[in-house]
Amino acid sequence: MTLMTFMGEQRSEIIKALTQHIHLVVFSVLLGILISIPAGIFLSRHKAFAAPVLAAVGVIQTIPGLVMLGLALILLGTGTQTALAVLAVYSILPILRNTYTGITEVDSGILEAGRGIGMTRRQMLFNVQLPLATTSIVSGIRISTVYIVSWATLAGLIGAGGLGDLIWTGLATYNTNYILAGALPSAVLAFLFSGVIGLFERLLTPRGLKGGRA
Amino acid sequence: MITFKNVSKSYGSKKILKDLTFSIRAGEFVVLIGPSGCGKTTTLKTINRLIEPDSGEISIDGMNIRSRNPVELRRSIGYVIQQIGLFPNMTVEQNIAVVPKLLKTSKEQWKQIVQEMLELVGMPYEENAHKYPSELSGGQQQRIGVLRALAASPPIVLMDEPFGALDPITRDSLQDEVKKLQKRLKKTIGFVTHDMEEALRLADTIVFMNEGEIVQMASPEEMLRNPASDLIRDFMGRHTNPHSEQPELFAEDLMRTRVLKVPYSLHTLECVDRMNRREVNSVIVLNEDDTFMGTVTLDTVRERGKAGREIGELVGNDVPAIDRRMPAQEAFDLLLSSTANYLVVLNTDQTVAGIVTKTSMAKAMGEALWGAVLS
Repeated sequence: MTLMTFMGEQRSEIIKALTQHIHLVVFSVLLGILISIPAGIFLSRHKAFAAPVLAAVGVIQTIPGLVMLGLALILLGTGTQTALAVLAVYSILPILRNTYTGITEVDSGILEAGRGIGMTRRQMLFNVQLPLATTSIVSGIRISTVYIVSWATLAGLIGAGGLGDLIWTGLATYNTNYILAGALPSAVLAFLFSGVIGLFERLLTPRGLKGGRA
Repeated sequence: MITFKNVSKSYGSKKILKDLTFSIRAGEFVVLIGPSGCGKTTTLKTINRLIEPDSGEISIDGMNIRSRNPVELRRSIGYVIQQIGLFPNMTVEQNIAVVPKLLKTSKEQWKQIVQEMLELVGMPYEENAHKYPSELSGGQQQRIGVLRALAASPPIVLMDEPFGALDPITRDSLQDEVKKLQKRLKKTIGFVTHDMEEALRLADTIVFMNEGEIVQMASPEEMLRNPASDLIRDFMGRHTNPHSEQPELFAEDLMRTRVLKVPYSLHTLECVDRMNRREVNSVIVLNEDDTFMGTVTLDTVRERGKAGREIGELVGNDVPAIDRRMPAQEAFDLLLSSTANYLVVLNTDQTVAGIVTKTSMAKAMGEALWGAVLS
């Protein structure tokens, strides 16, 4: 049986898995954003914490996904929520790091001018630092999302569904068609997410930062 | 009026400001100058509380600035820095309007302010208001930096080496503009620089600082005339621009070189003959090795000259001889006070370079003043 006919026959199953997969990615990355951006802002204002926290998050990032899932399984049980929690943890580092560097790399002259003309720290953050850090933050989100699309295939192992289901079924039954029916859409998905977020990145970059400096 | 009373500041064991007491009158343009690390920038930043002194009191119009909210205080004081610090994510208009907006000025009002501000520096609104800082030249960026500081009409503006990073031509024109704006808008300005020429040009009063103390506080004229220390003198010298309006002149710039010179061994009659032919009544006499011996006038020859004798016997030294590197002013004073009506200018090897007469001096000074003079 060719791949195309297989995918035609299993269309509804594949679409269901794909929808689940997108859910997993979108919600875990959103969760990651909700944690990382405020945390990045906090670290940029309390720089003493920045190095240890970024190092700790970096260490978490190196724990293999399977080990993490295993731990989560023991602690939280099976299901979508467990998968979401694990994936969210993995999405934190790139966004956190890019938020932190995006804010802290704003030119010190700009900060001094802002302070000197009477902006509060809050006004500096929202009117200057965050707009200037946007490009960096969105690019962090893009990196995270692409990661998470592939990590999310592991979610099938703990019953959270997604394209991973197809891949694991294929691996268990030596069925190449199943494997490809899971792997190909997930690759395309990563590609699409990256493109769409890249578009956002360009849209959100303040106009004054586009093009070189005079 | 800004008053400093016994203001001190240390970082660790290093004293940055030592018991500063001075005041800046309303409407005064005060320039703080001194070598790096002298405390001039620290002094400036204590005024808008970017830096808090350890002790002492700073007051503005009699009110201790410590009793004021620092953020509100800063909104009432303009601030311009060397790095310019325009917000790159905002347009020119948004940058200028930042402080008026912070002060909750209505949109019509701040739009009006932006228009007026851009007019002040001759940058048309339509052409510039919607540009981003990255689309402007360095000089234009700092013009906007100055406008941002002026937009909320603060009575006081602080400027920390605002033109230090600009090229000399742009710096010149911005200095002019700032001086004009200050006079027109009657601002009190605190200005930090390390460039004495800039200080001399802008200041009503120069405050010269060194190692956290004020060495001299005086008008530019007074400081030029009576620098209080060698360091200040050194600063003035070092920062004298060779292209400034008053070029340094030396004796050699005042002299004329076509002069009658005769060897000491020349016979008296022959010498008189040459003087008559050149229509001069005085002649320079040289030693055997061409060095300067002295001068002889026709009168002396008539009184004491004997035919057949050498002219060298009659040489007198009533005409002053000066080095060609003598400053022009000294040469000028010497010529006016001397009984002789010219000076002999010597090269370093004591040979004669030329003479300075009242005519040659007037011509050289005319040239310095009005450019080349055709005689």
